[in-house]
Amino acid sequence: MIKEKVLDVNKLAIHLLPSPKYKTTTLVLQISTKLEEETVTARALLAQVLKSATRTLPSRKEIRRYLDDLYGASFMMEVQKRGEEHVITMKMETANEKFLQDNTPLFQKSTDFLKSVLEDPYLDKEGDFSEKIIREEKRILKQQIESIYDDKIRYANKRLVEEMCKGEPYAIHAYGFFDQIDNLTTKDLQEEYERMLAEDDIRLFVTGNITEEEAVNAGNVFSLSSHPELHTPAPALDHVKTKPDEVLETDDIQQGKLHIGYRVPIRFADDEFAAMQVMNGLFGGFPHSKLFMNVREKESAAYYAASRYDSQKGLLLAFAGIEASNYKKVTSIIEQQLAELKEGSFTEESISQTKKMLKNQLLETADSARGLIDLYYQGVIGGRKRDLESWLAEIDAVTKQDITDCALNVSLDTTYFLHGEEEIN
Amino acid sequence: METMEFTQLQETVFKEVLPNGLTVYVIPKKDFHKTFATFTTNYGSIDNRFIPLGKDKPVLVPDGIAHFLEHKMFEDEKGDVFHTFGEQGASANAFTSFTRTAYLFSSTQYVDENLKTLLDFVQHPYFTEESVEKEKGIIEQEIRMYEDNADWQLFFNLLGNLYHHHPAKIDIAGTAESIQKITKDDLYECYETFYHPSNMMLFVVGDADPDHIIDLVKQNQEAKTFSQPEPIERFFEEEPPEVVRARTVQSMSVNTPKCMVGYKVTPPEKTGRDLLRYELAMELLLEMMFGASSDAYESMYEDGLIDASFSSELSVERSFSFMAVGGDSPDPEELEKRIIDTITEVKQKGFAEGELERVRKKKIGSFLKQLNSPEFIANSYTHYAFYDMHLFEASTILEEISEAEIKDLLLTHFEEEKRTVSLIEKKRAE
Repeated sequence: MIKEKVLDVNKLAIHLLPSPKYKTTTLVLQISTKLEEETVTARALLAQVLKSATRTLPSRKEIRRYLDDLYGASFMMEVQKRGEEHVITMKMETANEKFLQDNTPLFQKSTDFLKSVLEDPYLDKEGDFSEKIIREEKRILKQQIESIYDDKIRYANKRLVEEMCKGEPYAIHAYGFFDQIDNLTTKDLQEEYERMLAEDDIRLFVTGNITEEEAVNAGNVFSLSSHPELHTPAPALDHVKTKPDEVLETDDIQQGKLHIGYRVPIRFADDEFAAMQVMNGLFGGFPHSKLFMNVREKESAAYYAASRYDSQKGLLLAFAGIEASNYKKVTSIIEQQLAELKEGSFTEESISQTKKMLKNQLLETADSARGLIDLYYQGVIGGRKRDLESWLAEIDAVTKQDITDCALNVSLDTTYFLHGEEEIN
Repeated sequence: METMEFTQLQETVFKEVLPNGLTVYVIPKKDFHKTFATFTTNYGSIDNRFIPLGKDKPVLVPDGIAHFLEHKMFEDEKGDVFHTFGEQGASANAFTSFTRTAYLFSSTQYVDENLKTLLDFVQHPYFTEESVEKEKGIIEQEIRMYEDNADWQLFFNLLGNLYHHHPAKIDIAGTAESIQKITKDDLYECYETFYHPSNMMLFVVGDADPDHIIDLVKQNQEAKTFSQPEPIERFFEEEPPEVVRARTVQSMSVNTPKCMVGYKVTPPEKTGRDLLRYELAMELLLEMMFGASSDAYESMYEDGLIDASFSSELSVERSFSFMAVGGDSPDPEELEKRIIDTITEVKQKGFAEGELERVRKKKIGSFLKQLNSPEFIANSYTHYAFYDMHLFEASTILEEISEAEIKDLLLTHFEEEKRTVSLIEKKRAE
């Protein structure tokens, strides 16, 4: 089984996940800081600007052509919310030379490229980021934010989180705020850039057919530090509402999107984490789960009905696409399923089935480079190292009592329903 | 058992055709935790007019029936097959496309049991009037979900503009009305006609021993009886080469409008390696014109007309073929114009020196990346194998394609009468 090795190369943490089966090598830089209203928009825009030009490749086109020449090396930069952290991810994937009739040192070139994007960006004569690129990327960022509305399931999910976590950093979207974009200046970006390099938690993940020596060499290319001393995780706060909220909104749509948010005081670092994963699996994680079996199979009320557990923040989210006229019926079915989990009304057989599915999911995730890196990064963000093997063992050890204990800790916070103009029932 | 070695890629393909006609492929992937298997019939949403097995007259079946059948296969006398897969720690799924219906699982344990479950459930139809009626509510919600999906609407409006008669214009899931007409007898009729082993392919990719897998499948199949394979007769009305209409615009509740320009392509009369070469050459051509490093892409990006959703694709399917270029845009009419102008300009001026080499490298690299994914291998290999093509030949063929070949394709495609445009505009407040 894959073993993670964490190397300290001039204070930069390198997470090496050797995996000889891939035909490509993947390098991922994870750059995280607290999610804050004041900085989030600048960071989202900064990521877009950095990926568009470097000192030696001063335009998007030159970057793309350079990558094409490296046998279609893929390079992407994205911003994400992980719990209440804002993470900029820079990912580079290149073919392993041994499958090509060519011996360009692709790994080394992709490491150098990644360094130049982050540490050696394009600056004009005055030493500023390009106004032209900033203007173009502002438009793209605005369009990205606006387009969330166009995917109604994604939009309903965003609205639920905004309503449910009002006043908490978690309510902020990783793309930031539409209204702040126009006012951002080159200076704002510059300041955020410098602050990021000086303070953020920066780590390099490497996977593929790579040796420790190669990983160390890759680390030596950068002049970054992980700044672990600056990052002590804030204690998680539990929010419990005495009276749950209900938010109903209309849109010009055919199908209602029901999204229900619950609070769970169990997070990745907790010993109960695996039990909570099993609980979510029984509730709505799989096709044998209660939501799928009851909302879809028994009542024919939905095509999708599922749940997701966010272990960084401590949330359980349930969702289904339904007729507006079935709103009350479906919410009460979902409520009933949770009640059954709290009462222990589920079989040993379903527990063992769920555990198998969860373990299968974990192992499958570990088969893809991206998934593997993600599994290990969860431990960094969540404040607990959990390697694949012990994670699997923790799932196996979960008992029925553990699961009902978790379910009893789940409390309804907000029900959000986006529906057409018709009457709801 | 037939063995095909692809030395440069370090991949080996094992193939066997069983006495009942079933084709089995195994591709071993060492060190992967998971095994991924697909069991696919060469039957999809476009096969709505055919002579049912044992009959002599063609029938026309309701829209969405292949997809409906896919849903209903998961149930038998004992209940839901998801339950069995769940007990064996596998995640199972299925999908229906224009020309294929695929059932699949991936698992990191109990691979033999899961493989048997896959074969057994797909080869055991069990439909009752009651269960067929119950499924209608679920599929209706699936259709409603797609009705709210602007990208899906954009795409099917484009197909509706392209095809006069060809069933590719029909939504794969059918409509809320058409599925109401489906009966259990219709399902049995389609099943008996299209799910014969000789019309199917089993594909296994993962940490698997080919001899063992093929033995297991053989034993499983020998224990079942099937009728003698018969050629399936499918009918398609003659389709004019030109499009139905030049454009459609639909208003939806979106912030960013969408534009897609499509070209109808006469299905190439090629098979095997020639067909794969044609597809890859067309993909290189599209990449040179509209790929992320093309001049057109950069200038449309700078002018604020496109974002990362912009893409171009060629689709070559049994009996029909088309190209589609487009994405989200604040000014879809202008984007439409720029796409068309780009093609005209390239036709006149040709490509810059070195362009082909650049996109060739990019394609080869992307292909290697895709080979990390057992899902990609099984799905794509099956798709190509139904047309007698071998996916793993792609990297060698990509090396061979010449500039002259691509120029020829450029000049023989993209005629004006084969072009259509689909737009989604922002619905204004009433």
